[in-house]
Amino acid sequence: MYFRNLKGSSLWPGVSAAELTRRDFLKFTTLAGAGLTLAAALPEGAAAAAGGSALASPFVRIDPDNTVTVICKHVEAGQGVWTGLPTIVAEELDASWAQMRVESAPAKVPLYGNFAFDPKGSVQGTGGSTAVANSWAQLRQAGATARAMLVQAAAAQWHVPAAEITVNEGVVAHSKSGKRASFGELAARAAKLPVPTEVKLKDPSQFKLIGRDKLPRLDSHAKSFGQQQFAIDVMLPGMMTAVVLRPPRFGGKVASFDATQAKAVPGVVDVVQIPRGVAVIGRDMWSAKKGRDVLQVTWDESGAEKRGTPEMMADYKKLSQAADAAKVAREGDFESALKNAAHTIDAEFEFPYLAHAPMEPLTAVARLSPDKCEIWAGCQFQTVDQLNAAMATGLKPDQVSIITLAAGGTFGRRANPESDYISEVASIAKAVGGKYPVRLIWTREDDITGGRYRPLNYHRVTAAVDRNGKVVAYKQRIVGQSLVAGTPFAAMIKDGVDPTAVEGTAPEQYEIPNVDVGWKQANSPIPVLWWRSVGHTHTAVSKEVIFDELAEAAGVDPVAFRLAHLEKHPRHAAVLRLVAEKAGWDKPFSKDKGRGRGVAIQESFGSVVAQVAEVTVTGDTIKVDRVVCAVDCGIAVNPDVVRAQMQGAIGYGLAAALHGKITLTDGHVDQTNFHQYTVLRINEMPREIEVHIVPSTNAPSGVGEPGTPPIVPAVANAVRNATGIKLRKLPFDLAEARASAKV
Amino acid sequence: MSVKLTVNNLQHELDIDPNMPLLWAIRDHLQLTGTKFGCGMALCGACTVHIDGQAVRSCVTPVSAVEGKKVTTIEGLDTPAGKAVQSAWVGLDVPQCGYCQSGQVMSAAALLTTNSKPSDADIDAAMAGNICRCATYARIRNAIHQAANELPATSTRGG
Repeated sequence: MYFRNLKGSSLWPGVSAAELTRRDFLKFTTLAGAGLTLAAALPEGAAAAAGGSALASPFVRIDPDNTVTVICKHVEAGQGVWTGLPTIVAEELDASWAQMRVESAPAKVPLYGNFAFDPKGSVQGTGGSTAVANSWAQLRQAGATARAMLVQAAAAQWHVPAAEITVNEGVVAHSKSGKRASFGELAARAAKLPVPTEVKLKDPSQFKLIGRDKLPRLDSHAKSFGQQQFAIDVMLPGMMTAVVLRPPRFGGKVASFDATQAKAVPGVVDVVQIPRGVAVIGRDMWSAKKGRDVLQVTWDESGAEKRGTPEMMADYKKLSQAADAAKVAREGDFESALKNAAHTIDAEFEFPYLAHAPMEPLTAVARLSPDKCEIWAGCQFQTVDQLNAAMATGLKPDQVSIITLAAGGTFGRRANPESDYISEVASIAKAVGGKYPVRLIWTREDDITGGRYRPLNYHRVTAAVDRNGKVVAYKQRIVGQSLVAGTPFAAMIKDGVDPTAVEGTAPEQYEIPNVDVGWKQANSPIPVLWWRSVGHTHTAVSKEVIFDELAEAAGVDPVAFRLAHLEKHPRHAAVLRLVAEKAGWDKPFSKDKGRGRGVAIQESFGSVVAQVAEVTVTGDTIKVDRVVCAVDCGIAVNPDVVRAQMQGAIGYGLAAALHGKITLTDGHVDQTNFHQYTVLRINEMPREIEVHIVPSTNAPSGVGEPGTPPIVPAVANAVRNATGIKLRKLPFDLAEARASAKV
Repeated sequence: MSVKLTVNNLQHELDIDPNMPLLWAIRDHLQLTGTKFGCGMALCGACTVHIDGQAVRSCVTPVSAVEGKKVTTIEGLDTPAGKAVQSAWVGLDVPQCGYCQSGQVMSAAALLTTNSKPSDADIDAAMAGNICRCATYARIRNAIHQAANELPATSTRGG
């Protein structure tokens, strides 16, 4: 999981997280204590809306109109958090689902900090599939507290014992007296009560909404009727639209520019230099874009990356031989074990750069005045964005307010340490002196060529089984860029290893006695970033493909082989058994007409996911017919959202398996738009996807990302099952793999 | 230069470049933001609108090309097929991030207008121009079937 262990790290050079948050922390430090009315800790915006007659806390507000609004500190980017967090509150509150509403929290730490990132909550953000896990206890408490206050208010009003009052489906009732009241009717009275110090949370066996199979998403209607507002939809009076021309090679800079032609385009109002390029600002997107088309910029490329990806991969292969790889895992004696093994497999794996390509290109709106900057965006990293916008505008962080809107997809892209698009829009607003609000839109070409990719990676694996079918030796070298080196998150690097670059390798999951896993950092100005499931996007592939090949070498069924190495991981074994059962793994499988099937399992972000993929190979074309998925994510707050995330993650992973690649030639990105950066379309989505959720009473764990890692190796294994061809290079190119198999 | 547009049955006269893509005219000048920008090259379908009932990518359609034609955006979608599609979309909780869904709904509504009982293959063919990075495709297929089942059968089977 990324963002772990931020303790002691500085969010920005020279500014410690503690300093930035001390004031806010003091303001809210007594929040958990007794005697403070919840209304006193209203977040910005909620106070005005409440009008004094609402029962309001930083996380839930009950208005006289009987709506219950959950203030959500995480961005809704499709993962369902605007449904998940209200479910948790509604459950403990015994609210009716129909009265639930949701709104985004302002940027404010530690009040809205993510405790999965660090225990002090010094960073507000969404990532690492932590939203539900990190809000679980907090929102249960918030819901139960509000419920207790409504009950107390009713008891006082009706002069009856609180213990005789029931709450069900949003109705507070006292059966002996026949009194009933809605939450809205009680809110004003409840708001005047002291906040109880201890409230009883439900036993999971009492849950009515949590775990309900089909609880409608709160955002489906708006998103089906074109009514959901994204950053690109923000329209402010007098607002102008900006596009930025950025260096054509990563690491390049503006040397000089000539705006004469750009300014001659009707509708262009300003052309300004900002740290990341030159912005062309127009009265609408069309003018700005036409202006940019004719903008003349001379670039300083002295520090730019001029290699192409083939040269980089060749360099990575050399780096994999280096003797000074940082230690990721080491157990036993690999070399001796290898000598005594029955079968050895030596394999290379190659993974390309990948763009996230969310459907809403990066967009943000800024309105700047001398002492305030407002930012509207689908922010994934509010605290970091606030700091970067402050740096760009010369304001203090608390003078930057962030209005978090729904994000049109992110997959990690909107959470980046330099807040690229937020910094840009703030810089543009600053450069024009705040004379108008400005909306920055990245075109799709800007998005595909703009970096912050899943890093290029090279893996070399040597692994061996003994005569008893046990993996006895496992060596792996991983070569790739660090996601956090040189960023405010560099403190995550421990003993020379960036955990986000190596998480999820075989020894983490499987019992192997002799292990030598190492990481060699590669360097490039090409900016990289976490991409849905981060390190697992590549580690799961080499791990699960090698284990499948080892199973074959040992002459053991792939599921049985994995189970034999999962003896100390009963949770993993249960998920694997479930997927095998549901996929009919032990039943005859016809391999006629190019069919094959494969299995893979990966734990990531606290959840375990196993998938069986069935494919048909026709010529060199791979078609995925069916995917059976089993997931253990602890308590499934919204089972249908879990299913949706697994379905979507499978599709996202399949895009990478079958098509996804960003390549560079002489430092220039070869792909510019969806005709070259190919993604999954509906005709390639498996016709059958089944998702099975393991019943659990454990606290919820991640759901947004964990469905992605297993699908890629499951498909590789299925193709090998169908054809005997080993796919170890992404994206899968069966023709190329066949050709190299013949060499 | 003045351009006359009929959008959602309302007539507008805009002082804009006649080469401006319809997408930016309806978004930036009519403030109809339900139609989305995704690629600018007719590759993703997020900008899909109906022109005289046909699904068209507004990001590559100059406004000059639609003068005298009826443009319908997601805000003005009120055909029986459109309503059935939107009802199924909500009922099956199709959207995730939701950004592409206006375009998906417009394409699906156009499909059901010409083919009231599409097969999976028909759906794949008609919807392959609409990208969803959340990969809500499985639910899109189900929702189109559900919408088709709710619509009275017509004789306009095709596609």
